[in-house]
Amino acid sequence: MNAIVKVENVGMAFETKKGSFVALKDVNLQIRTGEVVSLIGHSGCGKSTLLNLIAGLTLPTSGVMLCNGREIAGPGPERAVVFQNHSLLPWLNCFENVYLAVERVFSAKEGKEALRARTHAALEMVHMGHAAQKLPHEISGGMKQRIGIARAFAMEPKILLMDEPFGALDALTRAALQDELIGVMEKTGATVVMVTHDVDEAVLLSDRVVMMTNGPAATIGEILEVKLEKPRNRLQLAHDPHFAECRAAILEFLYQKQMKKAA
Amino acid sequence: MTTATLTSGLMAVRPEADATPVKETDMAATSAATPALVSTPDNSVSFGEHFSNFIRAVLPPLIGFALVIGLWALVAMKSADFPSPAKTLDAAVVLFSDPFYQNGPNDQGIGWNILSSLKRVAIGFGFAALVGIPMGFIIGRFAFMNSMLEPIISILRPVSPLAWLPIGLMVFKAADPASTWTIFICSIWPMILNTAQGVQRVPQDYLNVARVLNLSEFRIITKILFPSVLPYMLTGIRLSIGTAWLVIVAAEMLTGGVGIGFWVWDEWNNLKVEHILIAIFVIGIVGLLLEYLLLLIARRFSYGTN
Repeated sequence: MNAIVKVENVGMAFETKKGSFVALKDVNLQIRTGEVVSLIGHSGCGKSTLLNLIAGLTLPTSGVMLCNGREIAGPGPERAVVFQNHSLLPWLNCFENVYLAVERVFSAKEGKEALRARTHAALEMVHMGHAAQKLPHEISGGMKQRIGIARAFAMEPKILLMDEPFGALDALTRAALQDELIGVMEKTGATVVMVTHDVDEAVLLSDRVVMMTNGPAATIGEILEVKLEKPRNRLQLAHDPHFAECRAAILEFLYQKQMKKAA
Repeated sequence: MTTATLTSGLMAVRPEADATPVKETDMAATSAATPALVSTPDNSVSFGEHFSNFIRAVLPPLIGFALVIGLWALVAMKSADFPSPAKTLDAAVVLFSDPFYQNGPNDQGIGWNILSSLKRVAIGFGFAALVGIPMGFIIGRFAFMNSMLEPIISILRPVSPLAWLPIGLMVFKAADPASTWTIFICSIWPMILNTAQGVQRVPQDYLNVARVLNLSEFRIITKILFPSVLPYMLTGIRLSIGTAWLVIVAAEMLTGGVGIGFWVWDEWNNLKVEHILIAIFVIGIVGLLLEYLLLLIARRFSYGTN
């Protein structure tokens, strides 16, 4: 059991004007090195909250969070985040956006040339080398998210956290970026935790799908192992019985066991 | 005025762009429209359209000016003191044919007067930026400083900067720095408040990026805080330069010396009303140019809304 992230009895409550609101309760989860885990659930079930806790952007009100055996006390470059809205700095071009991250992580050990080479390699990996000198507002939404992914991978994090990374994209662009991500994960063997509300995306990309119950006081309902050969191909999977099984299991969980009352 | 003409000028290109079947960005559309204009047989029609669009953009302002000048001529006919537009124009030609003469401290060309007013504005304004922008950063970053200074600023901000002129005269014992001082006072409030607002409105996403990347405080300031506050700062600067140009005329009327405000008062004493009218135009045009210049700078630093 080689767990890089351990979440033990974690609870999260927010103070609101109407008193305390319990978002998460008794969450237990272990993430192994090299695996891809999806968090899925209805909106408001606290899946983003859980991701932010692992990122260290917020701290839990109860329980313990460990990364590499050490308590998570705040954000750090070993836990890179790909934000839903890409969060590129609009005044830096694509190269500079990635370079900012690379510089922070590697400048202690490497010279300028090596840092630049790393940045270029990261941009090439997501096939965005041609847009290095472009400002974020000059490229499309899908391209921005590619840069966001390049920035995260360039930091060579121990674990990559993605908060609905393709949520703001149209279906075709999303599929293209999922394939891109499959390729990058194959090359780097990265450990990934991804929040999604897309059932197909969860099955296509993950080794395990963590299904969360409805909030308030949400927790992990079921965990599904996806035993499909990697690398995966979306066309072949369309006729794969195990793919259909996994999909059905998640749909059943979301729309029968955790049906939302009057959405 | 200039901006209004510019935008309607841009609008004039639009109908052409809509005619192209594929929807493209404005720039692409206009360049696509130009070859079409040459190749299509009915190019006389599109030329006519262009011409009528041009007329539509230029005609209303022209009518506006014509009306004002007509009204002015009417008033001038009825009144003995009020100079006619023609007389004012003659006076303007004489004035602007030699804007940089110098006959002692109280008789200088209009060019010198404008320049020395602009110099005062620049100095007062520069000091205001030097003090106001860092102060805005501090107020925006620390809630304690905000609640400490906010009531003081709220009381002082509505005060006419001219009320501070005697204080300036007392402290500096000279007219010139005293009027610069009023410019400092009137420019500093918009700068502090807008910078502070900009700091408070740095998007949380960017700060999250900074936290995840674990950027140093120096990098956070240079790469995240400063660029995202800059548009707010420039708005503050644009607001203050507008007020500064309003105030300098009044301050110079009170303190004397060289300057466009003093010149207005001097010409009133000489009963040269046509010069006062010229000064009004000149002050208006210089104010407009200052505003336009800052708009251009602001546009350079406004990054596309993502």
